[in-house]
Amino acid sequence: MNLTKIIKLASGRLLTQDMDTDIEINGGYGADLMSDVLAFSQPDSVLITGLTNPQVVRTAQMAEFRAIIFVRGKQPQPETLSVAIQENIPLISSPFGMFELSGRLHKAGLPSFESNESN
Amino acid sequence: MSPTRRPSRIPTEQETNGRRGRSITDDDANAINRVEELSYDLKVHEVMTADLKTASPEMPLSKVLEILRVNHISGVPVLQGDELIGILSLEDIVRAMQKNELSAPVSQYMTKKLLTVTSYDSIVSAIQKFSDSRLGRLPVVDENYKLVGMITKGDITRGILVALQKDYKEEEVRRYRASHLFEDIVSDRTTLVLRYNIKAHDFTHGGNASSHIKRALLRLGADPQIARRCGIAVYEAEINLIIHTTNGGILKLEVESHRITMSTVDDGPGILDIDQVLQPGYTTATEEVREMGFGAGMGLVNIKRCVDKMDIESTVGKGTKLVMRIFVPTENLNVRKEG
Repeated sequence: MNLTKIIKLASGRLLTQDMDTDIEINGGYGADLMSDVLAFSQPDSVLITGLTNPQVVRTAQMAEFRAIIFVRGKQPQPETLSVAIQENIPLISSPFGMFELSGRLHKAGLPSFESNESN
Repeated sequence: MSPTRRPSRIPTEQETNGRRGRSITDDDANAINRVEELSYDLKVHEVMTADLKTASPEMPLSKVLEILRVNHISGVPVLQGDELIGILSLEDIVRAMQKNELSAPVSQYMTKKLLTVTSYDSIVSAIQKFSDSRLGRLPVVDENYKLVGMITKGDITRGILVALQKDYKEEEVRRYRASHLFEDIVSDRTTLVLRYNIKAHDFTHGGNASSHIKRALLRLGADPQIARRCGIAVYEAEINLIIHTTNGGILKLEVESHRITMSTVDDGPGILDIDQVLQPGYTTATEEVREMGFGAGMGLVNIKRCVDKMDIESTVGKGTKLVMRIFVPTENLNVRKEG
């Protein structure tokens, strides 16, 4: 699914203004626990999270996410924004909560990229 | 116009049709891409033709026609001594031919009303003049209005293409050189070592070292999946140094053609029961750390999943050493080798 469409579905606002949103997102992953993100996500998806510190962007970079959506209208710290610009990872703020937003995107056809294994 | 002032951006045909009378929005401004940047960055003198064929005003048109034919060009500037006084194009000659006046002097048929560009202008100002005038070529002059070259639309296209290719080649060359490191440098055993000092509790820069390591591995030509596994493992290890150590520690990457070794060393506090910290969910992290999304007792568990071999040694009061290894299938570090 195109990121531009995802932003629309999320009623989102692109915080990293100059970035290209004409990119393909293959799936979604939602979590506030970065170790879970690192362990169970798959590349080329969008990260939905309530955390806004710079480590979220570093985590996304390591796990190869293509974009990050902050839920409940959260605004990232300035350092977070500068790391995102440096690493070219679009940041989006959505007014919806994590469950609501994940549901909307999944219902519109964005697959879940969470692997179910728990070991 | 001052040479440093940026001329306004030329709208494309589609843009002028689509937003006639509408002011430029942020979205429009964001649409400026690399080609448009280049049209401001590149100067006229970088793309123009400086090696010029010229004509004098007394020269008969038949002679100019021969110059055009031999050099495969369609126009020449006309100079009186040093001074630019006109331009003669194939169309001017055609006009003379219709009247059977090929023996007439250049001065009689040349275009005297001259549109010029200066050599230090951005090529965007030449593009603007081309689109305003529908001319095919423009004389280029220096600050004293002395002719220094000619510029055509083809010169501009070529200049932009060369610059784009250069951008692309620079990254290619960097990657190519790095990926051939292990072939170019001959030894019985070559190891590339990168060291990073990690400060305790420095969450703001947490992950920078891991980010550098991952990029280095990709430049060295590592398989992207191996680079991802290394990145995740080394990032968890870096975060552990930040969260748990007294004085920070050293993060080290050692790359050999057959394996990648990542390690962390610190001088305390040390781990009392190693079996316990390897249990998923066991943690000693503070609430502050947990609020940042870490400290859930999954770090070492994650590392173990990502690497082929993990060893941890620790003495309370002395420190901890963590070694993570990924074995690279033969030739993998050079998979991106070309040709």
